[in-house]
Amino acid sequence: MTPPLLPLLTILLLITTAAQAETGKLLLTGGVSSIEGSAGGGLTPWAVIGSNATAGETGGSAYLTHVGTRDYGLNIYGAAVGINDRYELSIARQDFNTRDTGVALGLPGLHLKQTIVGAKVRVLGDAVLDSDTLVPQVAVGVQYKSLGSTGLDGTLTALGAKRSGVDVYVSATKLFLGQSLLVNGTLRATKANQNGLLGYGATLGGNENRYSLQPEFSVAWLLSKNVAVGAEYRFMRNKLESAGRAAGLGNGLRSEDWKDIFIAWAPTKNLSLTLAYVDLGVIVPATTGSRKQTGYYLSAQVAF
Amino acid sequence: MNKLLICLALAAGNLLSSGASFAQTMPQNGQLYKAFGEKPGLVALMDDFMVRLLADPRTGPHFQPANQQRVKEQLVEQLCALSGGPCVYKGADMKSAHANLDIKKSEFHALVEVLQQSMDAKGIPFRKQNEMLALLAPMNRDIITPPESAGKP
Repeated sequence: MTPPLLPLLTILLLITTAAQAETGKLLLTGGVSSIEGSAGGGLTPWAVIGSNATAGETGGSAYLTHVGTRDYGLNIYGAAVGINDRYELSIARQDFNTRDTGVALGLPGLHLKQTIVGAKVRVLGDAVLDSDTLVPQVAVGVQYKSLGSTGLDGTLTALGAKRSGVDVYVSATKLFLGQSLLVNGTLRATKANQNGLLGYGATLGGNENRYSLQPEFSVAWLLSKNVAVGAEYRFMRNKLESAGRAAGLGNGLRSEDWKDIFIAWAPTKNLSLTLAYVDLGVIVPATTGSRKQTGYYLSAQVAF
Repeated sequence: MNKLLICLALAAGNLLSSGASFAQTMPQNGQLYKAFGEKPGLVALMDDFMVRLLADPRTGPHFQPANQQRVKEQLVEQLCALSGGPCVYKGADMKSAHANLDIKKSEFHALVEVLQQSMDAKGIPFRKQNEMLALLAPMNRDIITPPESAGKP
């Protein structure tokens, strides 16, 4: 997987350059880094533009995330650049450790590696300062996702799932400053199975292969200048289940919505830490006794 | 499915309650004014604020040449009126007061940060701070110089 290295290096270079300059966003108003690299909550992108850069500035951020559920592990690293508080470019690398599921599939040590390159544009509003109107900050974004080649390729092909796909989303974020409450809604058009870790689309059994719209919600309550607690709910496309059924797996490939409750803490302007309890529903229930993939999420972000 | 409904209801509820209580950004029975210690509290807050504004390298240059005493008095009047106190702000409107200044958004944010430091120092609860900031934040439209006219006289 050499191609993703180039954008990553470019972004890191941009961050280093940006770090030279003073940037002046208010604390935590750039959000944290979501699992797909876009600025937002933990599981979903928000309309905020990542980094500490506000109007007329360029900034950057980089992050590491670890998610551990009952049967799986997910390591993520990535980076983002925010330009003029309007444009955001991001990249993330997800490494999904299938653990016993890989063994059950005859692929011990199977890691699914997904690269996500994202772009986001703020189209209107200021989530923080427009506190006298109900108008939210609105952004549109795109995420190009590609899954590295593994021993699972044949299975995915048989299910009619591709190894790359594009998500498009629109997000609206509003900080009700007088109430210390932040609300975000995102609507995503996607073909991804389990966020892309199990490919994109699933045509086996005559499944239609159109995009579906999945809503995502976040609420965050600001406890102090540098601590926020909140919850998220991300609807998941579940097309792989019927493809799996056609393949004789029953509901063994079903997916369920993802959700979390989180606490985010920014000890300094340049560092934020997020801890969450996640419930990713079932992931390949065929090999995991249909156990809910509950567990923890820990993320650290540096931003300039 | 239940969880989903609860989640949606929560989100909708939050939106509605926030919308309905938007009037909360308007002062109610001077509660916010009282939380800020009324006139003496506001005077003390603005004294502290000006010291910090002058000391901060991001905001200092904007306030050094100003008539600091007058700025403080006007800020007290303004916050008093905004928070439901018995004051009428008689100073210049925000737009003309800042027309000749070249103020960036990052500098406006810096000013908010310094005000937060002052409010912390005066022991004003975080939620009350945000209620006041919610009244002040929209002024950014009149205070920040739009990028296209920045640098012009």
